[in-house]
Amino acid sequence: MKTEFIRTDLLIIGGGTAGCWAAITAAQTGRRILICEKAHIKRSGCLAAGVNALNAYITKGKTPQDYADYCKQDAAGIARDDLLLSLAERFNSVTARLEELGLVILKDADGNYVSRGWRNIKINGENIKPLLAEAVSRYDNITVRNHVNITDLAVSGNRVQGAYGIGIRDDTFYCIEAPAVLIATGGAAGLYRPNNPGFSRHKMWYPPFNTGAGYAMGIRHGAEMTTMEMRFIALRCKDTIAPTGTLAQGVGARQINAAGEVYEQKYGLTTSERVYGTVRENLEGRGPCYLRTEGISPEQDDALIKAYLNMAPSQTLRWIEQGKLPSQQNVEIEGTEPYIVGGHTASGFWVDASRATTIGGLYAAGDVAGGAPQKYVTGALAEGEIAAESISRYLDTAPAAALDPDDLDAHRQEIERYLAPAEPENPDTAETLEAAMQQVMDTCAGGIGTHYQYSAAQLAKADAEIRLLEQRTERLHAADFYALMQIYELRERLTVCRCVIAHLNARKETRWHCFAERTDFPLRDDRDFRCFVNSRLEGGEFRIILRDLRARGGECNEHPD
Amino acid sequence: MSIRIDAAACIGCGRCTEICPGSLILRGADGKARLRDVRDCWGCTSCLKECPVHAIRFYLGADIGGRGSELHTEQQGNILHWIIDLPDGTRRDIPVNQKESNRY
Ligand SMILES: Cc1cc2nc3c(=O)[nH]c(=O)nc-3n(C[C@H](O)[C@H](O)[C@H](O)COP(=O)(O)OP(=O)(O)OC[C@H]3O[C@@H](n4cnc5c(N)ncnc54)[C@H](O)[C@@H]3O)c2cc1C
Repeated sequence: MKTEFIRTDLLIIGGGTAGCWAAITAAQTGRRILICEKAHIKRSGCLAAGVNALNAYITKGKTPQDYADYCKQDAAGIARDDLLLSLAERFNSVTARLEELGLVILKDADGNYVSRGWRNIKINGENIKPLLAEAVSRYDNITVRNHVNITDLAVSGNRVQGAYGIGIRDDTFYCIEAPAVLIATGGAAGLYRPNNPGFSRHKMWYPPFNTGAGYAMGIRHGAEMTTMEMRFIALRCKDTIAPTGTLAQGVGARQINAAGEVYEQKYGLTTSERVYGTVRENLEGRGPCYLRTEGISPEQDDALIKAYLNMAPSQTLRWIEQGKLPSQQNVEIEGTEPYIVGGHTASGFWVDASRATTIGGLYAAGDVAGGAPQKYVTGALAEGEIAAESISRYLDTAPAAALDPDDLDAHRQEIERYLAPAEPENPDTAETLEAAMQQVMDTCAGGIGTHYQYSAAQLAKADAEIRLLEQRTERLHAADFYALMQIYELRERLTVCRCVIAHLNARKETRWHCFAERTDFPLRDDRDFRCFVNSRLEGGEFRIILRDLRARGGECNEHPD
Repeated sequence: MSIRIDAAACIGCGRCTEICPGSLILRGADGKARLRDVRDCWGCTSCLKECPVHAIRFYLGADIGGRGSELHTEQQGNILHWIIDLPDGTRRDIPVNQKESNRY
């Protein structure tokens, strides 16, 4: 195994939406920036297939505060006003910059952006990731290492010193020394049994390659995490798991049950209530549920077929090969398995206004950062920008970084252990243990199989099972560096699972249907749980910290419990 | 849902191997592209767009209602052609102008 040692001023882990934007922002200061990306920045992460709209934009007559208020209301209060506002204030400037980079945005005759609802604008988002990658390539002081998967942070004395990684195409152990590190690894998919666990197991909404690495690295080093219990469950087109917003907001399709009744109002219109309504209608025998598209015009059919090709081509392929266009057949919908995604809900690192985590020199942006739901693309860009600006200031006085030789050795030895010949009597593989983890999470921690519900007794079982699986990862064997990455991905997911279970257990109420729905505490409890549920891993156990809704990170505003 | 790589058409340029967001495409001993595991494809179609000889076809698995059609893309200037070959031998070509926004 080769070892490569790299020194840089700023290491960005994950060259996705937030990571690329942070790089081009920080590059203005002339500092050396290194992006380590597990895939290739031209088509990695959430934006690989393209996106259908910019979901977060301040349209005429609206203010950033309106957006923040909407997000707080949708999250039943559990969101940071300061973080949301700081993002919303930049939605429009990052959009203007995206347009300069080449993103096609729909305009009316007067040259104004055309909105979809009051906070979305219409684009052609198919090539949004190649455009970001191209922007990154214009800076000499940004180095991109594609196919380098970061496996752990190097932290001493609660200050980040860099990170370790594996080059999956050059079979290399990477040791990176950096006084500042930005985590931008996105959220976590693949924790729960997916909608189609067989041949199409990776036909998920969230990228199956975003494994929660950033959360896991932070958790392991004792970073404070927030709201990991607020899972995101997407309402999607059945089978293809394609987004539904284009149908609901684009052509005004309503949610109907098998009898053709519009059921949305019955359950409420927040993001979680829309999923919940669909689950209930099915459970009560009124399913399947659909988005009512029958009767739309041929022009609308044509526009939808193209719009889906720009972000979720499976859905267009389905319409064409089944010979039924949306005007001829309503589109069946279903809830996905739960994901942990800080760009949709508020899960992730507990950060202060500068996006500093509770580990010195470590910053977070995008889906990995908590507290601010409904960031989407423009919020991830805005957050990358804020973090990059903060890091540039931090670097003016930051102490030099130094990897601890013992820590480095331990990381090298761990890799060598996994690469050593397999134990002949061990039947476990990363694949079998992943399936076991997804099964446990599905049945005991509120997956699709239990209609997203769970109780304390089930969670206790889930926790015990996940711990056992964690132990079994120690004896796994990797035949090559790709298999090695799969072992690390499994370990990341297991760490995130344990944290999610601890959080689900700590919020002893039901504030959001489906997202965190308890059978033993079915009601909302504003007296005890109108607060953030935060945690830190200490000595192998999660310590839960309830924080006041006014807490701003960097302070210790504990919730009076 | 997954992809099929036409080994006869593949020229072994390695572009799909480079681009796949899951690093799922290998180059075999013959230099040609090979998918590690059909079940691991996310369906983003990045490899289709990257392939210079249209050797990669995308299809929906039967478990999610797939009927055996195959999709590939061909770029002509600003027009990205999405071409679907149906099992009955017919072909649908859906041209999308990349300089035009989605209407919805
Ligand atoms: C299918 C889909 C459709 C969406 N559609 C829209 C839309 O239409 N409009 C909208 O506004 N928002 C949309 N969103 C949301 C939006 O795209 C995301 O919130 C946003 O892109 C997240 O940015 P990010 O930087 O946090 O994550 P990403 O862009 O996913 O970046 C994370 C990066 O980290 C890399 N990485 C992960 N782990 C490691 C590791 N260990 N080492 C190195 N690299 C690593 C990944 O490969 C990836 O490149 C959509 C999301 C999805 C999944």
